[in-house]
Amino acid sequence: MKFAVKALSSGKARAGVVHLGSCPSSIETPCLLLSTRKGLPIFISPDLLSSLPSPDSNLLQFSPLHFSEGPSPKTISSIGGLHQMVGLHEYGFAAVARDSIQCLPECGSTNKTGASFETPCGRRLIKPVEYMEMITSMKPNLWATLADEVPAWANNKRNKTSVDRTVKWLDECIARSPAGGAVFGSIVGGSNIEERKRCAQEVAVRNVSGYWIGGFGLGESMEERPSLLNAVTDNLPKDWPRMICGLGLPEEVLQGVAAGVDLFDSAYIYHLTIGGFALTFPLDRTEKIDYNYQLSDQGSDRTKINLRATVYRKDATPIVEDCCCYTCQNHTKAYINHLLNVHEMLAQILLEIHNTHHYLGFFRSIREAIKEGCFEQFQKKFVQSRREHLAADVVSV
Amino acid sequence: MALRFEVLGRFNRARAAQLTLPHFACQTPLFMPVGTQGTIKGLTTDQLEEIGCQIILGNTYHLALRPTSELIDELGGLHKFMNWPRALLTDSGGFQMVSCITNLYVAGIFYTQWHFAYIFQVSLLHLADITEKGVTFQSPVDGKPMLLTPEESIQIQNRIGADIIMALDDVVRTTITGPRIEEAMYRTLRWVDRCIAAHKRPHEQNLFGIVQGGLDPVLRDICVRGLVDRNLPGYAIGGLAGGEDKDSFWRVVAQCTAALPEDKPRYVMGVGYPLDIVVCSALGADMYDCVYPTRTARFGTALVPEGVLKLKHNAMVNDTRPIDPTCACMVCKNYTRAYIHCLVTKDAMGSQLLSYHNLYYMLQFPKGDVPEWVCNAMDVAGIDISSCCSS
Repeated sequence: MKFAVKALSSGKARAGVVHLGSCPSSIETPCLLLSTRKGLPIFISPDLLSSLPSPDSNLLQFSPLHFSEGPSPKTISSIGGLHQMVGLHEYGFAAVARDSIQCLPECGSTNKTGASFETPCGRRLIKPVEYMEMITSMKPNLWATLADEVPAWANNKRNKTSVDRTVKWLDECIARSPAGGAVFGSIVGGSNIEERKRCAQEVAVRNVSGYWIGGFGLGESMEERPSLLNAVTDNLPKDWPRMICGLGLPEEVLQGVAAGVDLFDSAYIYHLTIGGFALTFPLDRTEKIDYNYQLSDQGSDRTKINLRATVYRKDATPIVEDCCCYTCQNHTKAYINHLLNVHEMLAQILLEIHNTHHYLGFFRSIREAIKEGCFEQFQKKFVQSRREHLAADVVSV
Repeated sequence: MALRFEVLGRFNRARAAQLTLPHFACQTPLFMPVGTQGTIKGLTTDQLEEIGCQIILGNTYHLALRPTSELIDELGGLHKFMNWPRALLTDSGGFQMVSCITNLYVAGIFYTQWHFAYIFQVSLLHLADITEKGVTFQSPVDGKPMLLTPEESIQIQNRIGADIIMALDDVVRTTITGPRIEEAMYRTLRWVDRCIAAHKRPHEQNLFGIVQGGLDPVLRDICVRGLVDRNLPGYAIGGLAGGEDKDSFWRVVAQCTAALPEDKPRYVMGVGYPLDIVVCSALGADMYDCVYPTRTARFGTALVPEGVLKLKHNAMVNDTRPIDPTCACMVCKNYTRAYIHCLVTKDAMGSQLLSYHNLYYMLQFPKGDVPEWVCNAMDVAGIDISSCCSS
């Protein structure tokens, strides 16, 4: 793996390029890692995956815990690793134990031997040795070391333990590191600035190729997050990439970018999709706020639409007028509304395609803003415009 | 009449033909996947085109309930609504209602991770009542009594806009005996006349009549002759694929195909298993539909030349072979049984990939990829299918 920072904006936000062995093209950062279940997107089948913008959509994230009920590491090795097993040879895979959708850290059961997660197969305790066995067999392009993540309300003692444990496990994981595959050292520290700093400093001196920032999206508030993020990134070398888990919403992603994070996972797309929502917020950075009210805008937050709403029953227009995703090019809101009503799987497939496409567009506008040196304004304007519709609602009623 | 049917090749009774419909020129024999509610579960129209799907079947009953035929009409017809450029066929809506009289059939899979229920196929109309007027039943949505007449069925199908529409027939299961079968057969003929009269779009949609008569050759003969007299664009053989023994099944198909006109398509409804399709094609049938390949995929079963492969089975956990090494589909080219095993019944993707493979298997299959062992077996059984075997 190769990484380089190409541009900076507002001090910390950076645009960069990451190159992974299996991907034919470099991928620009900040970028989105697409969520998968067992290596494939949750609904988008592999042949439809190629309809998403490339190379933006070529980075996928999975958890080794997805395979806790098989196939065995031995079988996965004999198949040739994850890329072979899921037939996505030109994609990059990032392995992280935590998957914000279905492998959630369960700090109460985590102990000195391993990290505990709530998974669809029940609660699992995974030890560094087992974790590395899976990583070795799956051969992801990059992987995060095993971490002990605690929620924001953990007490100081527990939090401190989590930092000590995470660093210890980092060393154990590195010791069993397979050849090939970039190691991302995990950094925790909960909502304690000192612990965050301490952990970052410890990991910064280890022999790793990048950093995975854990413990976010576990109860900290929007207000306290920036200082916690900065406590980490201020203590990391600038030349290595930073990946984070748990910042899903657009505003949260912007916080991460502002602090100098490069790679993001997101459960946002998944939750939108299963809820029947489609993203519609404008990606065009020059667009002015439109106060012309349409019937379908009533009660909407201009970010997304709920396609279950009866107002879409006969709407023969695509979700977003000039969107070039497979869904908008081929199907109407009326059809998706019908699919949702009759509980057809195709609804989720079409929504995941559109939502992924749209969110990738959001990341593209972030990168553009950074390269143009106006990321801070971009962030301010974006957050403001999301709140302005509330004012418009008041005015129009 | 809105179709052309041209036989291009024959071997004894089997025929390969081109069936030109308003939306697509099809090659027969062909298999039609069932897209109950305006979609084949888990597959996009692009994927369906890619694997060679020519006609999709839509269920009038389900579509009339949701989103309603009026809405489909208002939005330009089902082709436009689901964005399917090729051909569509709708059934009359009768089967779903009637099939519950003898046999309450509810199939569902709950994928609790996604918090929504999947397929409640054919529903809860255990009190359907058939009279000369039509079929009265209880709506599964709100319990209201509803009546489906031949006229209403055709009007709904006119609004949906499929290339082929089916006459409302009085269908009884072949496992029933007695005067009911004769009553149903004559009523079917009377209802066909009402369907013909009610059909407003004969130049865009082809009305097929359905041959009934149970397992009684005399009744079947009367029905065939009655339908042929009405000079319809095509004919279906109905009332089978419902539990009758196979030896009776093929005899009915053989009798009907012998008596139906040579120059019109013949559709055996509800068939089915690959072997049944081979047999019926040898006897001169052209079109088939069945939920089997997609439904069995959702239960984790793959169709393979040797029969079926149960991917759910523990033996698959570490099996690194593809589902079918002779299959050229995307699933068999990229995935091992071990990987599919870890997906099936747990993740949507498993269902999608298996449905894709199973449909690929069914759609490529009647074109002539008949396994040699089947040819040999048919030979011994005295059924000539050499025209269907690859040369």
